Amino acid sequence: MNYKVLEAEDIAALQQIVKDRERLLTGDAISEDYSHDELVGEQCFPDVVVKAISAQEIAEIMRYAWENHIPVTPRGAGTGLVGAAIPVESGILLDLSLMNQILELDEDNLSLTVEPGVLLMDVTAFVEERGLFYPPDPGEKTATIGGNISTNAGGMRAVKYGVTRDYVQGLEVVLPNGERIELGGKIVKNSSGYDLKDLIIGSEGTLGIVTKAILKLLPLPAKTISLLIPFPSLEQAIGTVPRIIREKSTPTAIEFLDRDVILDAEEYLGKKFPDNSSSAYLLLRFDGPSTADIEREYDEVARICLEEGALDVLISDTAERDESIWNARGSFLQAIKSANASLVEIDAVVPRSRVNDLVSYMHAVQEETDTRIKCFGHAGDGNLHIYVLKETQDEPDWDRKAEAAMAKIYQYAKELDGQVSGEHGIGYDKRAYLNESLSAVVLDLMRGVKKAFDPRNILNPSKIL
Amino acid sequence: MHSIVCIKQVPGTNKVNMDPDSGTLIRSGAEAKLNPYDLYAIETALRLKEQYGGTVRVISMGPPQAEAIIREAYSMGADDGILLSDSSFAGSDVLATSYTLSRGIERMAPYDLILCGKQTTDGDTAQVGPEIAEFLGIPSVSAVRMIQQADRNTITIEMDLQSEIQILKAELPCLLAVDKDIFQPRLPSYRRKQETKDRPVQIWSLSDLADQDTDHYGLNGSPTQVMRIFPPESGRRQEIWRDRGEVLADALFAKLQDLKLLPAVGRHG
Repeated sequence: MNYKVLEAEDIAALQQIVKDRERLLTGDAISEDYSHDELVGEQCFPDVVVKAISAQEIAEIMRYAWENHIPVTPRGAGTGLVGAAIPVESGILLDLSLMNQILELDEDNLSLTVEPGVLLMDVTAFVEERGLFYPPDPGEKTATIGGNISTNAGGMRAVKYGVTRDYVQGLEVVLPNGERIELGGKIVKNSSGYDLKDLIIGSEGTLGIVTKAILKLLPLPAKTISLLIPFPSLEQAIGTVPRIIREKSTPTAIEFLDRDVILDAEEYLGKKFPDNSSSAYLLLRFDGPSTADIEREYDEVARICLEEGALDVLISDTAERDESIWNARGSFLQAIKSANASLVEIDAVVPRSRVNDLVSYMHAVQEETDTRIKCFGHAGDGNLHIYVLKETQDEPDWDRKAEAAMAKIYQYAKELDGQVSGEHGIGYDKRAYLNESLSAVVLDLMRGVKKAFDPRNILNPSKIL
Repeated sequence: MHSIVCIKQVPGTNKVNMDPDSGTLIRSGAEAKLNPYDLYAIETALRLKEQYGGTVRVISMGPPQAEAIIREAYSMGADDGILLSDSSFAGSDVLATSYTLSRGIERMAPYDLILCGKQTTDGDTAQVGPEIAEFLGIPSVSAVRMIQQADRNTITIEMDLQSEIQILKAELPCLLAVDKDIFQPRLPSYRRKQETKDRPVQIWSLSDLADQDTDHYGLNGSPTQVMRIFPPESGRRQEIWRDRGEVLADALFAKLQDLKLLPAVGRHG
């Protein structure tokens, strides 16, 4: 794709729009951070970084980019894992992190209106202080809400509450041509034509730029209790999950934990996990109005786990205990990263009943491709995070071996009726696998959607498709 | 090693609300829990039992509903528990609390070791442990960060004095107040909870203690009078600096050293 190469006059024109000198960066002023994300090795610098502060400003920038055929890459906190925020075609990088205001809490409609740069942890703290609850709970709390919306982030409460898409009621979006539109609103139901809001959610900044979001809130459950359940083997642990689900029990989370990863987390955090004597664990969390209510709910689940061979069921019922477990769980990715020279990640999702098949398959893959693999994930929603590890910098031929392992795993996930990404998205890094996974007809429809929004292909080009 | 662990039931949340008129803690409505610092003492006792054999017993003073934390200690692995509960114990200050607990412990003798947490999350005095030892006439060590070893008559521990570590050998029986993070406390076990469902919690009242003089207990036995309780002034101060990144980094480094959040060594040292 031939884009206009930015010249001095373009920078001057953008500076006219932005006015504030400090919010437009060029050359050496562009920090290295803008050239990559949390995981993808690819490094690309933009020609100019604009730290936007309003939808109006973004609209004017988009109009200029549209008229001059300049690629624009939106970026939140840069915590993505698939390179969606990397400006691979250079051009303008639109940093939305300064748009970090919580605009309105509407308690009559239980909705919260925010700018896209508000961090997830700030949303959570703000609503929970007021007895309200924003359920999506991705591990990365320093991600922006805009980023969460872009990937339709899932997280650790998906089993009971669903994902980001289920909690976005309305969006204000700037289109690639600079027009501003509003989709959805403070409404609970909506059958008014194609749901473009849901199309924007998960589009990784390729269809429009979210400049405002209306989030749906729930009342905050008064109490949560987690159960940490040691099993003699990972197979037994994961094998118990379908029975838990069949029991119609509704934990907010069902995670599986492998001892190796727990040891990495202990090392990384410098803190001991409350139990590391078993090789595998299930971690369940329940919420409800009181301890007694939750105890009634988990009693049956505890019994099932013991029947299925669990060594015990350990109870975490206070903030301190939860912290010792969930902080470790939240640090898994960073812990694995810090214990290895490099890694590639697979965020596949399969039907919940097939998680064990995929996890068991890792043994075969490691042998066939001579690689080391660790994984953890959401047993309750079928979403696994699988890491092919480069343990030392000088491991020969690693790139090729990792590539081979990834191809096999994606292929097998597809055979299990799974999808390429559960929550991290496709971005730049996983395009080939999406291309392999979806049918030609579906891919064509997706290209058509992109074309309808962005016929000039200037907004986050070379992503997803 | 026969240990007795002193434990307390505290409000379930860390946000303690104060009644501005009466100056007392508002406890109603909030769930209660076992004082988080006591979990480290229980864990220490359990580890000693695992290593050297013996028993772990817990003791608490409080209203009848404090039985819940004795049961919780059972589900962590404690063998037995006593709750000192009597209306004449109500209103105890630190001194009366320590005295009452020491009378309970006296009745539980013989024992090798008394373990306490560093402090509670509601009273925060950190005085009850050492005062119990005083009443019992046994040695006491606070800020214990590690148990090195124990034998029939002594225990060797590391005491964290912040600027230095003191290694001490104490004669048994003695009292140790252990620091947070001496061990990662284990979680209560569902299995043990089921197994200990019918295990009794002994409730002792004044009439069960050797000293029955009511002047030594509760409000009567408390020389401390609380005039007023108020939240301290918030220590939150903000400074806003503007400069180049390199300059700010140096300034921040120096500031963190000033605040003793970083060791005062040279930047490159």
